[in-house]
Parts: sequence; structure tokens; C-alpha cells
Amino acid sequence: MWLRIQRLNQWRFVLTSKDCSTSVSAVCVPQLHTSSTEPASSSCDGLYPGHIHTTPIQKALLAVGSGVAALRDPYRHDMVAVLGEATGHFALINLRDKMKNDPEGYTILTERPRIRLSTIDVANMASLPEGSFGREYIRFLDDNHVTPDSRADVKFVDDEELAYVMLRYREVHDLMHTLLGMPTNMLGEVAVKWFEAAQTGLPMCAFGAVLGPLRLNASRLQTLVTSLGPWALRNGLRARFVLNIFYERRWEQSLEDLRQELNIEPPPVILSAANKTST
Amino acid sequence: MAASMRLLVRRAIRLSHKNITLTAAGAAARSDCCRGSLVCRCFSDEAEDRSTHFGFETVPETEKAKRVYKVFENVAQKYDIMNDAMSLGIHRMWKDTLLHVMHPQPGAQLLDVAGGTGDISFRFLDYIRSQEERQKRRVARSSQTPSWRDISNNYSTQDEPRESRAVVCDINKEMLKVGKQKADSLGVSAGLSWVVGDAEELPFDDDQFDIYTIAFGIRNVTHIDQALQEALRVLKPGGRFMCLEFSKVNNPILSRIYDAYSFQMIPVIGEVIAGDWKSYQYLVESIRKFPNQEEFKGMIEDAGFYCVKYYNLTGGVVALHSGFKL
Repeated sequence: MWLRIQRLNQWRFVLTSKDCSTSVSAVCVPQLHTSSTEPASSSCDGLYPGHIHTTPIQKALLAVGSGVAALRDPYRHDMVAVLGEATGHFALINLRDKMKNDPEGYTILTERPRIRLSTIDVANMASLPEGSFGREYIRFLDDNHVTPDSRADVKFVDDEELAYVMLRYREVHDLMHTLLGMPTNMLGEVAVKWFEAAQTGLPMCAFGAVLGPLRLNASRLQTLVTSLGPWALRNGLRARFVLNIFYERRWEQSLEDLRQELNIEPPPVILSAANKTST
Repeated sequence: MAASMRLLVRRAIRLSHKNITLTAAGAAARSDCCRGSLVCRCFSDEAEDRSTHFGFETVPETEKAKRVYKVFENVAQKYDIMNDAMSLGIHRMWKDTLLHVMHPQPGAQLLDVAGGTGDISFRFLDYIRSQEERQKRRVARSSQTPSWRDISNNYSTQDEPRESRAVVCDINKEMLKVGKQKADSLGVSAGLSWVVGDAEELPFDDDQFDIYTIAFGIRNVTHIDQALQEALRVLKPGGRFMCLEFSKVNNPILSRIYDAYSFQMIPVIGEVIAGDWKSYQYLVESIRKFPNQEEFKGMIEDAGFYCVKYYNLTGGVVALHSGFKL
């Protein structure tokens, strides 16, 4: 039995043609709820709510600046997000095409589901049987003290559909953690980044995968290099494309079953979520 | 209380010219809301029809103050770091120049409007302190071989020189909070006070201050002429009005470079350091909407100041305007 997915009207989407980037005033939708950082009556001159037009020079500057900022303070998720947006144009096109060529991915592009606390039924999912995907996801959120609502909005992608692909990638990141069994400490994040770099080819993932290990201490670096890293890379390359799964319809599916379907091996090392402060 | 009643009467006279009737009950309610510090949009019907600029956007006047408040609430924590990053540290030179032109003497009373994080006030207190030290040293040196004048001065009773005081006034509580934290960490507390207030309606009596400064704040005020009139009101006769503000660059080459830097780099720096693109977009746009040096000089003269002059700093990127209340 499928779960009903509640669609947020915030993204009233029109499947525009490929030239939508040239039409500035194309999609101008009043937001039903405003995020806390933006003034309520912000000028609606972008392709989607929260869109900010940037010149190529600004994108380059943003990429450099956000890269430096993210390196200095890896917990600045907004900088990692901006880096992804500023550098990910070609990779996003590739991802969008992969989604379009797959039936389940195409459904996602059409229906545009969102993973937020307001769209997922947390109580229901927590009551699902142990070992089911939904139950494990809720456990992951609790153990690591994270919430799906803390994802930054997409701002600098100049195409409405690509912006959704980026947003979907961001929202699915936590589900990656659940699938791979990785916590949100530095080691877990780097492992997930290796997996995502192999899967998506986003420059930001590659950047995080290469430079993230620099912040690990010796023992964790060793774990990464000897077991976690190769496992993540191997699975990233052979697994089914993760953005083509309609996760919202699979909460009741068992986690092991989903892993087998996606061709992902269980993690070689069990990492606990407790040690988050020290890298 | 007297000040607010006088304010109220002045407003009533101003508005009666515009044919708006004030009821007694309304006046009583407004006296409560006009008193003190918060922005008071009491006479909303008239104001809502008028619109003003918020950067390159057009907004109703009533909304501008709210949006400006939000901008500075968002940027307050990173305000000083951003100033250093955006101006490459040059803003410190501009503020030092303001103090040098001001040349305050011990005993001066400063009102630093839109003072926010307190940069001008800290410099003011430092300058006064160094002036006092210099005077003490001079006195110590000369008392080695006192002149006849000094000996006769020592006989006369000298009254206590008045303590210099700096009042930091800002409409935004977040900015004042950051300023207070800075003061605590610097260990500065004597002669410094922090007041929440609107530049268009200052919570001070007439003829109170020797010097009124407003550094990089006046372009955010909705009614600049009102702020200038308030400045005239609270200054003592002989008091000086000083304003640092971004202005027009006349050199065409420098202007091109400045525009490119403003619009390409500054919002990016805002996003990377403060995580807020839009506030810094507003900042660079609001600079373009502000009147140029001559126009602003005219506005200051219209408000009733004399001997108004301006100094261009960094090729006109910043202008320091100065006027006297006589």
C-alpha cells in the first residue's frame, strides 16, 4: 500500500522547456510560508523561490570563497551547499538526464516530492517494524540529532528543474547515511561523500571526498583508507543510481531488501554516532 | 516627558498643515507610543500612499524601516568582520579621519547615532583620553619652571572639568548588543552609554550634545530631512554635525572599478562570510540611491546648519560632511 505523499505548494512547478533560464519572469509564485531568513515581501524575480541571479564571475568567486570557508569550518553546511551549486551545473544536467531516462526517476521529476518534517509522518514511521527503512531513518535522525528541515535552500542554480534535482540530492543525503549505515561525524560524512562522488560526479562531492580526509586523525584516516573508503567507492560505482528511487514510497520496505535492490553491501565497520565532536 | 510632549506638539503642527485631524484620544495613545525608543508609524494612512526606495526596489515608506531593521538584525554578529573584509580594512582609516577632523577636546559630549557596534564612540573615548594625557604631560612639563601665569592660575580655584561622554544611539537592539559585548571585552565602560532610539525621533532633550555623528547610517533612514532636523535640535548652539557616508565617485575609471567591485564581490563576500547575500545586495544598492555630495550638502543646509562642507575620502567613495548649529 502506498503512502500518501503530501506535496507542498511552495514549489508550484511548471515543466518548462530547456530555454527556461532565459525567461526571467517565468515562474513567479507567492510563497505560502516564508523561511525565517528572508523578508516576507522579497522581490520575486527569480526562476523559483529563493533564486538569486549570479554572473559567471560571481559564481567563480562564490566557488572559491565557499570552498575556503567550508575547508576552514566543515560544519558550515551552507557553504558546502553553495559550493555544490556554483560548481555543479554540468553534473546536474547529467543527473537530470539520468532521472529522465528511468521510469521511477521520471516520476520523481514530475511529482517533485519533498522530504521535510511536514511531509513525512514521523509518528507513523517510528511505529514501523524494526529493520524497515522508515524505522531506521527515524533512528538515524534521533541518534545523530539531525532534522531534514536543516537543508539550505537552493539559490544559485539558474534552471528551475536543475534546482529541484539539486534539492532532491540534498534531501536524499540523510537517506544515504541510513542506507550506508554511516553516522554524521567527520568519518561518516567523508565515507558518504566518497559514495556520492562516485554516484553523482558533483565537483563538490569530489572536493569533499579529497579534502575531507585531511581533517581526520590518524586512526580514522586509516579506517577510511583501508576499509571504509574502498567499500564506499566500490558501492558507489556499482550501485543503482540513488536519485532514481522514490524513497517516500518505500518506508515499509526492509532496509536489507532495499540495499540488495540497490546493490549496496552493508558497511564493513559499524560506526557509532556518539563521537561527533572530535574528528 | 517634556521632550516627548514637545515632539508631539511639533508633529501635530506639522500634520495639521497637511489637514489631518488628531483626536484627543488618538493624541494620548500616540504620546505613549511616540515616547521612548521604538519606531512609531502612528500616522499610517498618509505614509502608506508614499513609497520610497529599498535598494533598487520600491517599497511603501512604512515598510522600509522594518526591512532595514531585519537586514541589520541578520548581519549584526558578523558586521565588523564584514566591514574589514569588504573595505579591506580601509573603513578604519575613514573613521580615524572623522575623529581627526572632529578633534574633540576633553569635556565634549558626543551623540553617536546609528552607532551600532560603537566604532566611533570607542575612537572618541580613546582620542579624548590621549588628549587628556597630552594635557597632563604639558602641565607636568611646564610646572618644572612655572611661569607667572601658571602660578597665578594655581591660586585661582579651578572647577572640575566636565567628564566626556559618548552616547551610542541605534534603532537596532542586535547591533547595540554586539557593541556592548565589544565594550566589555575591551574593558571600556566609563563615559559610555547605549540607548535604543530612532534617528528621526531622538529620545533626548534639546541642546544636549556638543557633537553629533552618524557614520554609514543616514542612508538607511527613511526620512533623511527629519533625521537632520533632529540632529539640529539635540545639538547645543555651537555644536557640530558630522556625517560619514558612502557617496559618488567622480573619476570615471575609479567609478567603474568601484561599481564592479561593489556588485560582483560584495554580495559574494556577504554570502561566504555572513551567509546573507540579500542584505549585502541591499547595502550596495542603497549606496547608489543616496544623494551625492553636493545634494546632501544642500539638504544639511536646508535643515538649518551653517558652514557646511564636505571632504572626499578615497576618491569620493566616502564623503565626510560637517556643519555647525549657530
